Amino acid sequence: MGTASMTEAPAAVTLSGVSKVYGKGGAGVRALDEVSLTVAPGEFTCLIGASGCGKSTLLSLVAGLEQPTAGTLAVGGRVALMFQDAALFPWLSAAGNVELALRAQGIPRAERKQRARALLEAVRLGGFGAKRPHELSGGMRQRVALARALAQEADVLLMDEPFGALDAMTRDVLHDELDRITAERALTVLFVTHNVREAVRLGDRVVVLSSRPGRVLEEFPVTVRRPRRIDSAPVAELAATITDRLRAEVARHGS
Amino acid sequence: MAASSTHSTSAIAGLDALEQPPGTTGRGGSAGRLIWDAAWPKLLAVAIVVAVWELIALSGWKKLIFPAPGPTLTSLWDQLGTGLLWHAIGTTLYRALIGFALALVIGSAIGALVSRIRPLRAAVGSLITGLQTMPSIAWFPFAIILFGLTTQAILFVIILGAAPSVANGLIAGVDYTPPLLLKAGHMMGLRRLSLYRHLIVPASLPAFVAGLKQGWAFAWRSLMAGELLVVIANQPSLGVLLQADQDQADMVSATAIIIVILIIGIIVDSAFSAADRSLRRRWGLS
Repeated sequence: MGTASMTEAPAAVTLSGVSKVYGKGGAGVRALDEVSLTVAPGEFTCLIGASGCGKSTLLSLVAGLEQPTAGTLAVGGRVALMFQDAALFPWLSAAGNVELALRAQGIPRAERKQRARALLEAVRLGGFGAKRPHELSGGMRQRVALARALAQEADVLLMDEPFGALDAMTRDVLHDELDRITAERALTVLFVTHNVREAVRLGDRVVVLSSRPGRVLEEFPVTVRRPRRIDSAPVAELAATITDRLRAEVARHGS
Repeated sequence: MAASSTHSTSAIAGLDALEQPPGTTGRGGSAGRLIWDAAWPKLLAVAIVVAVWELIALSGWKKLIFPAPGPTLTSLWDQLGTGLLWHAIGTTLYRALIGFALALVIGSAIGALVSRIRPLRAAVGSLITGLQTMPSIAWFPFAIILFGLTTQAILFVIILGAAPSVANGLIAGVDYTPPLLLKAGHMMGLRRLSLYRHLIVPASLPAFVAGLKQGWAFAWRSLMAGELLVVIANQPSLGVLLQADQDQADMVSATAIIIVILIIGIIVDSAFSAADRSLRRRWGLS
């Protein structure tokens, strides 16, 4: 698919000194504190952190669902967001869900059916377009949600623990799928997870956030060659290093 | 890379195949069989009721006035052969239809406004619930003074009885649209009218249908009360027939009319239930 058009863009996502405070005055909770982060187009960045690191808040800000309290945020291109739950509309079939996203884009009716079918085939659900969400497994629903996100012609894909509720085998297979699809479409991905191995398996870079308030603690470039396996030695090795860093951060809160 | 990709393809196809329920070709054979399976418990219940009724009649309790099943059902059969009962059923159903349709339009309009406009919600939200608890028969003096002994008086009370349920159903539906779906819709680019059309309206549908069902029950009760109180000359209705039977102390005929009213209520209610069920099944809610 046409990937040339988006390769020359400047940084896909830029956060500089972004803070987010919920509530006002002394009672306010500081979820994010001066987070600065630049994501290059086509880069797969994983955000990882313990509870209270504000990673979901960060995605909401990039998605434009919330506004930062301080700092600036720039996103180059359209944004799509995926959650831990597929959040499909239960009254529509799998194809209907994808078609609605196309419709919201203003795609003419004649094209929608065909494009929805192509998108479902891209996530290997070609034969399941007529099924309703409740007739599909959790992994299949997430793939429909991915097809729906792709239908939004987004340049930046935000994923909030999208595989957190799936079993390990399904998750492994979906990692392969996500690798393939993001490479094919040169998507920029910001992927939030609390699973360190998953972050190393998928990311070009793993960003570790501190907890309460969320700050960028350290960044780890992932140089392991693709295709990767979640249980390979280089992945496990880097994951161990990051886990140690994360544990040290969590321990800081206990003392 | 190629090897890994084909490996992944077959793995994903295998996982998908395993997730699909094996061979779901329906449980039990023909349509006739399915209808019988659904019908026999109901027929049994009817048979038990008739049997108990017959026993009471046989026991000789209030012997001169208590209607036995045999004569009652014969009276019902005879009346079904005359034009009068059908005329009355026609009038009553026509009023029910018009009244319920008006309640549907008015209730939906109020529900839509209240669910959208926050101050309006604070002002009339609890009033709507209050209206719902109001016994509709209490409105008749008001309605009769306002409209006289007319069909309008009956329709007025039907609307007051049914519209609050319809409005409340819609408000509940809008309120319980899952926030996650709203987020997803927002990210998809659904705004304002398209947000309502493609997300909020369909998401409210189950609660709305429940509201309609309840609204119908209120409408039907209000209508029966109205037809007994507001008797309009030359317009035979089920209420008028019932009133005439009471005046002539014709217990058998009165009971036959009550059965007609009961059956109509059950038929309409089961239509709403069927709509509700099929909605839930399609959504995977049950």
